[in-house]
Amino acid sequence: MTTSTNLVYLIALPLFSAALLLLLGRIADKWGHIFATLISASVFVIGAIEFFAMQGRDGEARAATQKVFEWISVGTFQVNASLLLDQLSICFVLLITGVGTLIHIYSIAYMSHDHDRRRFFAYLNLFIAAMLLLVLGDSYLNLYVGWEGVGLASYLLIGFWNQKPAYATAAKKAFVANRVGDVGLSLAIMIAFTQFGTVTFAGVKEGASGASAGALTAIGAMLLLAAAGKSAQFPLQSWLGDAMAGPTPVSALIHAATMVTAGVYLITRSNFIFDASPTAQLMVVIVGAITLLFGALIGTAKDDIKKALAASTMSQIGYMILATGLGPVGYAFAIMHLLTHGFFKAGMFLGAGSVMHGMNDEVNMRRYGAIGKVMPITAATFGLGYLAILGVPPFAGFYSKDKIIETAFNAGGIEGILLGGATLLGAAITAFYMTRVIVLTFTGTKRWDENAHPHESPFLMWAPMAILAIGSVTSGFLLSSGSALVNWLQPVVNEHHEHHAEEFLPPLVVSTMALAFVAIGVAFAVLKYRTVPLIAPTDVSLFTKAARKDLYQDSFNEAVLMRPGQKLTAGLITTDYKVIDGLVRSVGWIIQTTSSTLRSIQNGYVRSYALIMVLGVLALVTAIWMVTL
Amino acid sequence: MDIANYIYLSVLLFTIGAIGVVIRRNAIVVFMCIELMLNAANLAFVTFSRVHGNLSGQVASFFTMVVAACEVVVGLAIIVTIYRSRRSASVDDASLLKR
Repeated sequence: MTTSTNLVYLIALPLFSAALLLLLGRIADKWGHIFATLISASVFVIGAIEFFAMQGRDGEARAATQKVFEWISVGTFQVNASLLLDQLSICFVLLITGVGTLIHIYSIAYMSHDHDRRRFFAYLNLFIAAMLLLVLGDSYLNLYVGWEGVGLASYLLIGFWNQKPAYATAAKKAFVANRVGDVGLSLAIMIAFTQFGTVTFAGVKEGASGASAGALTAIGAMLLLAAAGKSAQFPLQSWLGDAMAGPTPVSALIHAATMVTAGVYLITRSNFIFDASPTAQLMVVIVGAITLLFGALIGTAKDDIKKALAASTMSQIGYMILATGLGPVGYAFAIMHLLTHGFFKAGMFLGAGSVMHGMNDEVNMRRYGAIGKVMPITAATFGLGYLAILGVPPFAGFYSKDKIIETAFNAGGIEGILLGGATLLGAAITAFYMTRVIVLTFTGTKRWDENAHPHESPFLMWAPMAILAIGSVTSGFLLSSGSALVNWLQPVVNEHHEHHAEEFLPPLVVSTMALAFVAIGVAFAVLKYRTVPLIAPTDVSLFTKAARKDLYQDSFNEAVLMRPGQKLTAGLITTDYKVIDGLVRSVGWIIQTTSSTLRSIQNGYVRSYALIMVLGVLALVTAIWMVTL
Repeated sequence: MDIANYIYLSVLLFTIGAIGVVIRRNAIVVFMCIELMLNAANLAFVTFSRVHGNLSGQVASFFTMVVAACEVVVGLAIIVTIYRSRRSASVDDASLLKR
């Protein structure tokens, strides 16, 4: 372990910038976006310096730590605000700051007409700070702070145009769904603390070897719940589609490249828990497999280009989660897919934003068509991302996704065949819906609105797209040549190369099968979308109807969670009103009624007072007489 | 003469006075009824003084007369004042106390 003094600046700089831009208000309008972009770029530079410094060290000394301050100190319970930069964190740091900076640059142009651009950049920097804290924290508690921070930034950015009620609702939906996951994370931390007495990664790792299987499974399940919330995995997936209400750069940065992959980070970081609990691992692969198919199916029926890409994100993160559930051999491939996905999906989202920018913010792909001719750079960068996500060699996805498919098959037995089949099927469906996006958007005939005058986006927008496209082409090769990433991550995820001995299918066969499936998917889409009606046809199969309705995820949530919840609150309110308040009010009512009855005696007539006096004296005399008799 | 007859008379006078207080509206009449009740009490005092053969009862009756005299002074003054302000001596009209 090396100690470093630079790590805190990774978080402090963007945090300071966010605070500055928010506090200065309109004064900073003129230079706020440039300032935020420079801060983001400088954080990337610090990250790169740290990365090269790491390369210079070897073995144990690679990971660097920095204790910022003593945070909580209660008896034996001690938590320091410490940062840990190891081989896993640095991947994320470079991804977050690198893609983040590109998206900052893109946003300068994309948001140029928005009079709240400064606030937007402040939130983006807040996100960068929170996300870096998430990946740099050396304990679950530090991670939790970043985890909540990115949730906040995500909420603020989804609801950035909160003057539209639907967007504000989408932000709330994302927040609530994430909250469910956050409860899982806090429970996992509590269980870890009761079991091991510490919440640092190192401490929990040490304790995990001697812990009971039940405790480990419980922690694993809770961590999985947390990951499902943040990464839009089944059953907490429903918020991601609506999160597309945010500005497109946000969708690219937060809801495609970085924040939604936090769940993958969490599981990879907690590899010692999952490796020790096969039950938890099984849950992880099941969730991953369900989500990868779920997202892919939704993607096939979405006409909104951003929602189609969001469904694709959900599906691709399903691949990563599945890979993390496959044990030590899967982590590196999950992270590799995460990095390549960060490039190609962010690039495609920026491409979608570029198309929207030229088409008066139209998102319906049925109103696109033949945009490739007027926006050649956007079409080219999007196309490269498309080839990457399909897994066509030698693009990035080929190296990462095929590895996941291969690893899934190698899981062995029935499980391996089921998982491998699911990933292959997912690849075919991915090919179908991504081809559909391409065909509907960039080729075919013009179906534009008459007011639309699409034009190529300015340099500040296409340059980041071009860089990301280069990443989508080369990152896979660079990361996998000589198993670079696998070896790099080896100290963190403890991979031993034992699994490679018992291969179920050789890599070549897997790649060929995957390509064949992809080709089928592409062919289907090309044949099906030779003509595109302007209005989505309604006489479609039951299956398409279900996919259009997001496989009824919202209806399910509404029927099973929302309505009973509303009933419950209504019932509780009634109980509170009738029973608890009723008790208090009835006391008042009794006193009031009694007093108003008694008050009528006080009628003000002297004669009636006299009569009562007489009667009273008579009663008194009678009583005395009775007693003495 | 049977001593009980004095007591019967006293009770009768007291009852007439009490009923008068309760049923009559005119303040003057009510006042007179109160006097009647006081004198009924005096009669009882004097009678019992005679029965017991000491003077305590007679002394008490003198006290009662003094009190009655004071009461007449104050009471009549009040009644006259009320009559002046309201042009009425009815006790039911002076029922402001309930409000």
